[in-house]
Amino acid sequence: MVENRPFFDTLTHIILILGVILIAFPIWITFVAATHDLARMSQAPIPIWPGSHFFDNLKLALEGKVVSGVDMLPVWKMMFNSLIMALMIAIGKIIISILSAYAIVYFDFPFRMGFFWMIFITLMLPVEVRILPTFEVVASLGMLNSYLGLTVPLIASATATFMFRQVFLTIPDEMLESARIDGAGPVRFFFDMLLPLSRTNIAALFVILFIYGWNQYMWPLLITTDSSLSTVVVSIKEMLDSAERTPEWNTIMMTALLAMLPPILVIVSMQKLFVKGLTETDK
Amino acid sequence: MSNISLDYVRKSYGPSEVIHGISGSIQQGEFVVIVGPSGCGKSTLLRMIAGLESITGGEIQIGKRVVNKLEPAQRNIAMVFQNYALYPHMSVFDNMSYGLKIRKVPKEEIRRRVEETAEILELTPYLKRSPRQLSGGQRQRVAMGRAIVREPDVFLFDEPLSNLDAKLRVQMRLEIKKLQERLGITSVYVTHDQVEAMTLGHRLMVLNAGSVEQFGTPIDLYDKPATLFVATFIGSPAMNILNGTVSEDASSIILPEGEVIPLGMRLNAQAGASVNLGMRPEHIRLATNGNALFSFKSDVIEELGADTIIHADFGKATSSMAVRLDGIHRVSSGTQFSFAIDPENLHVFDPESGKRIN
Repeated sequence: MVENRPFFDTLTHIILILGVILIAFPIWITFVAATHDLARMSQAPIPIWPGSHFFDNLKLALEGKVVSGVDMLPVWKMMFNSLIMALMIAIGKIIISILSAYAIVYFDFPFRMGFFWMIFITLMLPVEVRILPTFEVVASLGMLNSYLGLTVPLIASATATFMFRQVFLTIPDEMLESARIDGAGPVRFFFDMLLPLSRTNIAALFVILFIYGWNQYMWPLLITTDSSLSTVVVSIKEMLDSAERTPEWNTIMMTALLAMLPPILVIVSMQKLFVKGLTETDK
Repeated sequence: MSNISLDYVRKSYGPSEVIHGISGSIQQGEFVVIVGPSGCGKSTLLRMIAGLESITGGEIQIGKRVVNKLEPAQRNIAMVFQNYALYPHMSVFDNMSYGLKIRKVPKEEIRRRVEETAEILELTPYLKRSPRQLSGGQRQRVAMGRAIVREPDVFLFDEPLSNLDAKLRVQMRLEIKKLQERLGITSVYVTHDQVEAMTLGHRLMVLNAGSVEQFGTPIDLYDKPATLFVATFIGSPAMNILNGTVSEDASSIILPEGEVIPLGMRLNAQAGASVNLGMRPEHIRLATNGNALFSFKSDVIEELGADTIIHADFGKATSSMAVRLDGIHRVSSGTQFSFAIDPENLHVFDPESGKRIN
């Protein structure tokens, strides 16, 4: 607002600062917990100021072995698994949906709208809803305990298809016609026009989908029994599940901190394209 | 360079036919303008020549080839679109060279042709810029440049000046005309603007509701409009159309108020038949003593400096009438005027068919 009212300025600032504290506080606690040793973390009340064991905990977490009595992979291995899963899901979703959106927008095949609505309806069927049949399909395809089993069922995406469709619809028809007169066939048009023109949208989608993939919990938990394939998000939960012992909060929180890093890196490095891709309407 | 011939070309969308059998031939190097009101099918016809719309019936030939089934890229045409359709992610150079690159023209040759074309269009300083850094007129020129570098047999223009402001439009119109004369490439140009059509075209094809009303030189269309539609479409202000009946001897028209307008010839029509009489505003003169044919009271007067336009209600049967007089005439509304017109400037139409009968 353009008004100059000091009281409201202060009030809005207070609300915003409270909001930031509310969101940042758990992360602060995680960080603090990752800097104390196990002995300190087992006493009440829990500390709010950082201790001096940050690098010890980092070493513990990276080495892996037994945490809270549960056999664990080294963190870098779990993170590698998560990374592979997140990348395969993000890239797979983008490829599948950009191709299906291309087909739906630019090709006139029988039952085109029928196919579009079929894709659209799958919005109502996330993995959690179709978990049993999907598991059955993956199991009978022999994809249990594999990267393919982890990612393929999550790849088909109605939202991304829909988004690319909207992007393509904003590209004027004359551009296609002009390219046709210039002699570009369907494949050339896709690579020379559509891909470069939807670059920012692809980037924005990649950020969203990478985080979606990275944070998958239920599906990896179900599909992988082999601990060499366990992902970091699932493992953090498992570390907490020890029945008899106190959870080793220092190592767990360090692992959680590490698990937060890749999504943050992706967002920070692609921030500009991300904002452009979600806000830009002019083609 | 090629000629184009249309042979009873038809187009329908499902059961509704939008182009009803258009024929005509366009000579090599000729500049033909297709003009008509919006929705008359002019863009559809152009897009059929380009290959962007399928042809339901008839035949289109470019050069000696029948192109009905050919892809746009195989017809060796170039098209300039109303919104230019430049590729926003490519530089001006890449925009102009894209078609050549696909046709696998050698790099050196591409560079030479693009640079030559840029020179003609004064685009050389902008070759590295992206389209969004250019003004409307420059984008328009890039779109034309993209067409020119291809050295096509035929240029197609789809209302290329409609997105420009009035001043730039006049300027670009001249540039297009000069360029077409210089390159001598057969061109088909679509517009709804009759002034644009008259200034640009060697010949005009006037379309109305999917049929050709008349196909001829601008002066033909102006002097001898074949139909009522062409008569009112070409010329500004539009031709005055009055209702009248044919006199006993079929050599003059009697207006509803009883005025007799001699035609200087005999009409091939029955006495008493009703007709439409057309008079261009600029052909009506103030009457000197004794030769007044009709008169009316002026209503609104537009003083434009170069000429004065007098509007008036005329008689019962006609709603309004305009007269354009050269120079400045200081008159007030409500003045009674007497007018005359030469018989060769009269246009008589059959009100049923709309066809010219004199």
